[in-house]
Amino acid sequence: MSESSVQQEYAPGTHPDWDPPVTEVGVIGWLRENLFSNWWNSLLTLLGIYLAYLIFVPLIDWAVVHADWSGDTRDACTSGGACWVFVKVRLGQFLYGFYPADQVWRVNLTGALFALLILWLTLPRIPYKRVAGVLGLVVFPVVAYFLLHGGSFGLSEVETTKWGGLTLTLVLAVVGIVAAFPLGILLALGRRSEMPIVRALSVAYIELWRGVPLITVLFMSSVMLPLFLPEGVNFDKLLRALIGIILFQASYIAEVVRGGLQAIPKGQYEAADALGLNYGKKMILIILPQALKLVIPGIVNTFNELFKDTTLVLIIGLLDLLAIIKAALEDPNWLGYSIEGYVFAGAVFWIFCFGMSRYSQALERKLHTGHKR
Amino acid sequence: MTDKKTHPVPEDMPAVQLQGVHKWYGEFHVLKNINMDVARGERIVICGPSGSGKSTMIRCINRLEEHQKGHIIVDGTELTSDVKNIEQIRREVGMVFQHFNLFPHLTVLENCTLAPIWVRKMPRAEAEEIAMHYLEKVRIPEQANKYPGQLSGGQQQRVAIARSLCMNPAIMLFDEPTSALDPEMIKEVLDTMIELAETGMTMLCVTHEMGFAKTVANRVVFMDGGEIIETNDPHEFFDNPQHERTQLFLSQILQH
Ligand SMILES: Nc1ncnc2c1ncn2[C@@H]1O[C@H](COP(=O)(O)OP(=O)(O)OP(=O)(O)O)[C@@H](O)[C@H]1O
Ligand SMILES: [Mg+2]
Repeated sequence: MSESSVQQEYAPGTHPDWDPPVTEVGVIGWLRENLFSNWWNSLLTLLGIYLAYLIFVPLIDWAVVHADWSGDTRDACTSGGACWVFVKVRLGQFLYGFYPADQVWRVNLTGALFALLILWLTLPRIPYKRVAGVLGLVVFPVVAYFLLHGGSFGLSEVETTKWGGLTLTLVLAVVGIVAAFPLGILLALGRRSEMPIVRALSVAYIELWRGVPLITVLFMSSVMLPLFLPEGVNFDKLLRALIGIILFQASYIAEVVRGGLQAIPKGQYEAADALGLNYGKKMILIILPQALKLVIPGIVNTFNELFKDTTLVLIIGLLDLLAIIKAALEDPNWLGYSIEGYVFAGAVFWIFCFGMSRYSQALERKLHTGHKR
Repeated sequence: MTDKKTHPVPEDMPAVQLQGVHKWYGEFHVLKNINMDVARGERIVICGPSGSGKSTMIRCINRLEEHQKGHIIVDGTELTSDVKNIEQIRREVGMVFQHFNLFPHLTVLENCTLAPIWVRKMPRAEAEEIAMHYLEKVRIPEQANKYPGQLSGGQQQRVAIARSLCMNPAIMLFDEPTSALDPEMIKEVLDTMIELAETGMTMLCVTHEMGFAKTVANRVVFMDGGEIIETNDPHEFFDNPQHERTQLFLSQILQH
């Protein structure tokens, strides 16, 4: 029933459905419309294909085709491509640091619980999100602490100095994100408060922490803080780094959230007031849901940065994923495989950050309620 | 529905009393010696030129604006800066805004049940039942599960009216409820307000809808320059305005 060269006449109301013109649908239509619509578009397309060829063919060749996967010494790496044997041999360390090998199941169990919670929270099909939220924010941290740190319930104690690798990176990032977020919201509300003292304190806090590089904060927390503490009091280096990261990131989140708060029209506050909602309910039920939705991209950006900034802890001697890979590169048996190490580190960071970004996009779509401002 | 007043109010006590109310925005004296009693069930229309302080006056009644001098007594309770006091009065006073101010992240039904659930501590099922009752009253029950952004302006304003009514208020304030609407939607909102007036609700409406004023108002209040210039019975007000500023104002709005 496709187009005929002669336009046939139909009585009104009897025109049959025609297939759309071939240029409008299908692969060929799409190609013609988007990649080859005119001569310079076609040229750009071909140029793009050539550039992709220049980059990806050698990359895949190196990373997959000519790579070495089996064996457990550097002698196994003979094909001239990537030597993934190095990563494979060191994988235990990259993932767990110096966590005792016979206790690694505790890290795995914690990780599995965490993954389940994340799935529960993010997959739209699974109901009872509130239960998952309470489990994640209240029960999980306690369980994770006792599992990872041990020292009770018959679990041997594993000091935080032995934690490392991806485990440490995730502990820093997750605790940092979960704790800095509410603190940041409180600071943002404080900065917009009508109480002058609260407002002044919030402004001072935010501006102070935003003006200092994270490295300085980490140095201060590991070197300066002990000087102020009484003799003999020695609190955990990881905890100190965490507190530094949380206090630092909270100031960034506060400013992102404040941007969202400012975008909410005054009428929303007034309608909530007029209904008799008190300050807390007004903020939690009306203002924050809208403000946070608006700033999802900014918040996820901050989380992404925080995730990557955790690598700075290597400066105070904590062995996160990147630090432990760097350490492994110094091993005389594996000299010369830094590219493999850094590509692996980059890939792991990318997977987590990309995951966060995809989730945020899905969340934005889900929360879109069809209103325009 | 039961009236959940925390204290008994005598029947003959006015719903709203404004006694010598003054307000300033910085140096600017926006309300000057406002005196007005609104009886229970009375319907007042407030009009006047732009900037005359109409919005400011009715916003003082539920403390969206604070007055600096004089007394405002709502439903037997005097407005003070005590937060509990303010929240108690806001529970009894509904307000409808020019720009609707619905909560865009909540459905129509959730907009209506939010305050009863969280302020009145009503069980969800009961709140939803009441909400559906009022959504039927304003003739949009079929929109209950849509979001405000999916409704027309007139529908949104009717939801806003239903949302206020769900709190079972003793007094309703309207601040130019139809002036942001397209002409063909004004009628549906005015009809809703007329029906509300017929239930005996105490209403204070800032509006320039003269037809509405003639149909439902017991009194029309004319404001200019932050003062109440004239208060009169609607027919007297339109046919036989006393004050020359009123005459000027009426001649201006009747020109078009
Ligand atoms: N927050 C404010 N700060 C300073 N001045 C204000 C503020 N709100 C209103 N005003 C001024 O107070 C006066 C009265 O304002 P109001 O909104 O009560 O007028 P209105 O009678 O409702 O006018 P309209 O018909 O335009 O709505 C106006 O001159 C206005 O500019
Ligand atoms: Mg006004």
